[in-house]
Amino acid sequence: MPTLEHPEYPEATLLHLESIMPCRESQMSTLLSVFGERQQYSFPSIFIYGHTSSGKTYVLQTLLKTLELPHVFVNCIECSTSRLLLEKILSQLQSLSSKTKHASHISCDTLNQFVCLFKQEIMAEELQNETIYIVLDKAEQLREMEANVLPAFLRLQELADRNVTVILVTEIVWELFRPNTGCFEPFTLYFPDYSIGHLQKILSHDHPPEYSADFYAAYINILLGVFYTVCRDLKELRHLAALNFSKYCEPVVKGEANERDTRRLWKNIESHLKKAMQTVYLREVSSSQWERLQQDDGEPGQVKGLSAHTHVELPYYSKFLLIAAYLASYNPSRSDKRFFLKHHGKMKRTTFLKKHEKTSNHLLGPKPFPLDRLLAILYSIVDKRVAPTGNIFSQISSLVTLQLLTLVGHDDQLDGPRYKCTVSLDFIRAIARTVNFDIIKYLYDFL
Amino acid sequence: MSTCSVSKGCFVFKPKSKKRRIASTADYFNDSKNDSEDSGLRFATCESLWKQIKSETEQIQEELNKQLYDNIIRFLRQSHSEFQEKKTEWACRMKSSEIPTAALVLGVNVTDHDLTFKRLSEVLQDNVTPYVVSLQAKECPGIRYLLKKLMGQLMDCYVEDQSEEEEYVTVSKKRIRCSLDALTDWYECVTKKTGSETPSKKRTSPSHWQSPPVVVIFKDMESFTTKVLQDFIVISSQHIHELPLVLIFGIATSPMIIHRLLPHSVSSLLCIELFQCLSCKEHLGTVIDKLLLTTKFPFKLSEKVLQVLINIFLYHDFSVQNFIKGFQLSVVEHFYSQPLSVLCCHLPEAKKRVNSFSHEQCEHIRSLPSFRRYVESQVSEKQIALLTEDNFVKEVTWILLEDLHIYHENYFPVLKCLHIFTSSLPKYPLGKQIRELHCACLEKRVWETEEYESALQLVRMLCKADLVAMLQKCVKIFMSFPGKEFGNTVEKLEEFLSRFQNLEAEASKVQDESISSQKELQKKTDLYHLQKTLLQLKESRRSKKLTKFEMLRFEVVDFIDSLVRNYLAPAEMQTLHEVVYFGAASTLCEHLNAAPRTALHTALNNPYFYLKNQALKSDAGCISNKAPDICIAYKLHLECGRLINLVDWLEAFSTVVTAVKGTDSDSVASDEVDEIIHARFIRAVSELQLLGFIKPSKQKTDHVAKLTWGGC
Repeated sequence: MPTLEHPEYPEATLLHLESIMPCRESQMSTLLSVFGERQQYSFPSIFIYGHTSSGKTYVLQTLLKTLELPHVFVNCIECSTSRLLLEKILSQLQSLSSKTKHASHISCDTLNQFVCLFKQEIMAEELQNETIYIVLDKAEQLREMEANVLPAFLRLQELADRNVTVILVTEIVWELFRPNTGCFEPFTLYFPDYSIGHLQKILSHDHPPEYSADFYAAYINILLGVFYTVCRDLKELRHLAALNFSKYCEPVVKGEANERDTRRLWKNIESHLKKAMQTVYLREVSSSQWERLQQDDGEPGQVKGLSAHTHVELPYYSKFLLIAAYLASYNPSRSDKRFFLKHHGKMKRTTFLKKHEKTSNHLLGPKPFPLDRLLAILYSIVDKRVAPTGNIFSQISSLVTLQLLTLVGHDDQLDGPRYKCTVSLDFIRAIARTVNFDIIKYLYDFL
Repeated sequence: MSTCSVSKGCFVFKPKSKKRRIASTADYFNDSKNDSEDSGLRFATCESLWKQIKSETEQIQEELNKQLYDNIIRFLRQSHSEFQEKKTEWACRMKSSEIPTAALVLGVNVTDHDLTFKRLSEVLQDNVTPYVVSLQAKECPGIRYLLKKLMGQLMDCYVEDQSEEEEYVTVSKKRIRCSLDALTDWYECVTKKTGSETPSKKRTSPSHWQSPPVVVIFKDMESFTTKVLQDFIVISSQHIHELPLVLIFGIATSPMIIHRLLPHSVSSLLCIELFQCLSCKEHLGTVIDKLLLTTKFPFKLSEKVLQVLINIFLYHDFSVQNFIKGFQLSVVEHFYSQPLSVLCCHLPEAKKRVNSFSHEQCEHIRSLPSFRRYVESQVSEKQIALLTEDNFVKEVTWILLEDLHIYHENYFPVLKCLHIFTSSLPKYPLGKQIRELHCACLEKRVWETEEYESALQLVRMLCKADLVAMLQKCVKIFMSFPGKEFGNTVEKLEEFLSRFQNLEAEASKVQDESISSQKELQKKTDLYHLQKTLLQLKESRRSKKLTKFEMLRFEVVDFIDSLVRNYLAPAEMQTLHEVVYFGAASTLCEHLNAAPRTALHTALNNPYFYLKNQALKSDAGCISNKAPDICIAYKLHLECGRLINLVDWLEAFSTVVTAVKGTDSDSVASDEVDEIIHARFIRAVSELQLLGFIKPSKQKTDHVAKLTWGGC
């Protein structure tokens, strides 16, 4: 018995819809009943939200396309300004109403203009007695446009006085949208995450033509067993399934096992999938590299991931500048005397400390320091005499462009700039090792 | 000014454009050294030499990067083929469409990157696709600017490609809003056109691929804001099916930055592959090898200058471009400052030039320190001849130049040979890189140094396999140099090699002997005898003759040593070395490694240094009252603590300024300070404030705070 029922559309279409969009029946039936019949006025605005890849866009798009409802589909992320967005909607409308003649460009700056132009476009006969749907995907972008855009879209039906429904699709909840001044409340619809059963069903749905559905379903079962804990993104899972399927089939192709020999197949694939989780899933290794590895039967360890290349080669003084910056960022300035003066005398950590300084500076993060302090530390940690040449100063700014230091606050160079060191302890230790500098001895936290 | 107009009115006169002659480098050469007639010639020599060097460096660059470019093109081809067959296969349909991305790790020498990227886009434009766009972070503060820039560059390269389509482009350019939709339409339009036209017209270059990818280069990945990058990637991933986009990230630090900039949801849209550029140190090594350690170019750098250039490279910027710039500066400086640099050209040419020398130029030669040393070493008659007869000097110069040339021809092969031996020793007593060895040899007699001694000691302990391999390498080096000198050397080395081979046969014999002695040892069971034989054995071992291998090893080392002593004498000992060696390291340092703070301090502390006014010449400690006011104020402020009392300062200032007058105007001697002096003081103080030495302090109103060292 079909779960979808609607007097307007033939049963075959509905059944087809159901088959291509599994696990989304309830959402679909809600949408269909809200849409009503073609000529009926629908709810002015519908707000659809749900987590990444929970089928929001797909369901809407297929629904509107299969039922041949007049609609406009715009991805807001492509429209950085409201003007681009409005023009895009209008140009799509134009192509809706007049499919044959080449559309001329419309320019539209304000919402007021938009409403007028919108009414003009709708004048075409075939659009007049049907609901027009305007779908705005990634609607969270609307919040960054002018303040009137979102409220106006929510009550476009009223403003234009036409049969139109605006559908907002987004990943965040309505509460984060609602403007302070209040607005028309849309009809909200939540798309819940797919459960593991749903994922299994959907992923097994499109099996390769060469293999049976059961065989592929078994494979998906193994795949989900490995990846479900870290990734529930359907798109990503599909991608991973496609990447590793050839490896799974290998014993079958070679004739070492038949399709029913699941245990053997499982043994073959499991470690492989685990490796994939550490490399290709994190994009440490690109998908094409991964495929090449599979074909050559090479060890995945051969290709180094992106994170393996952490080593950065720096000029000699840049290294010391970075070390000095790190020391300045993580040591309290009162302790400089103890580290960099020859006859500093005894200074016990406990007596020397103020109460709030007892927490580790490494937990608190880097603190800003003035340029003079950086240079003073530099002069005392480099063995040789360092002349304050222009090159030293330019190295500081090149470290800033490399994002190893950041400039804090105003960038008025005359009034003593302040910097922060942004590198990690491991990184600075590696750098210090190359110049034989024992940085731990100079860090207040490790005293 | 007058007009021909009869009516009254306001007339505009445009100033006559003064033809300001832009002084070329050639004029500069001529003007300053007007005494010597050959400045023109020197300039021409300098120009031609630099041209040669430049083309050589460009060639080096090309060769070094060729591998990288090839790899990138292969990557593009691969990802592109995937794009074309995407629709067919099941696996391809299932996979999410990723944007192919090349992460190009270039190293921290940001100044060199421009050249690499320029060349890369040229290579891509020649071989792959006309659509190459390079973007810089500072041009793209927002996604809109990025798209604008992207489309602008793409449309432009389209215009270049097919000039007749210009009207279409210009018309559409006005209409097109900057969005990726428009870009996709444009791409479709372009490819359709070329696709239908190419068979008949063949306008696009045949090497371009079918439906060429659009390559977008992000030159400085680190500086881009995350928002812009993320937006761009998300948007373009939605159009990847229609628009075959390829991204290239230029990374200066490490590829980790990709994960730092992009969250997983965005980086999962990319298919990132890593490409590593040659490290800049290796690059420098090749440049030094090709430019300095060769007889191809007559110009040479002295040890100090080379050290300055290398230090700047290693300590400060890692930039090969800057190294080459420094090299260029030393070429120009050498030809500008050394009158005899006219002889710094290839040998036949130099000989011709010597013949046409004037008396004055011969005097120049005589005044060279190395030539004087040479004269002193000659017998007295010859000395007189050298000092009086121009023709004789010319003849001698002729010979000496030839000697210098031969010296260089011998120097480099032997240097490379020695480097083979020293580069693999533990702890590298003579340096790991050949440039360090070169510097050591230029500095002084290398065989007199301790490092050399210890290096030889270590060579004497090398095992046979290493030694043979090294000798073989040496033979190869000597063979590759055309000089006739080394015929004997090669023979000798080959003889060594064959003797090493013969050793193997003898080695087995030696083993037999040792075994027999051990057997003897086993026979003795008596303790006394055993002790005795052991002692004997010890004795014999101490004074034991060296094995044949060891003997041979010593011979080899001695031979190498003799080569070094013969050929690796420092250049400064050669007569006429001033002609080709540039040694003014301090000038170079001033230009390349400027010290603004030191310069400022010198100017204020010792104004004579810059102003060259005799009146300002003074002893270090005292303050002259003839110095500019700001200098006096500066010197006085040096003596103060963190906070300076303005009244005290003024008093001290006026005392110094009126010091000379004081002799005749003692009578004035009032507390009142002259108004003019007061004004001068205030001006000096505000100048100091502008320079950043002091600032008004809030702690005490009549005090200023010192900002420089020793201040706050």
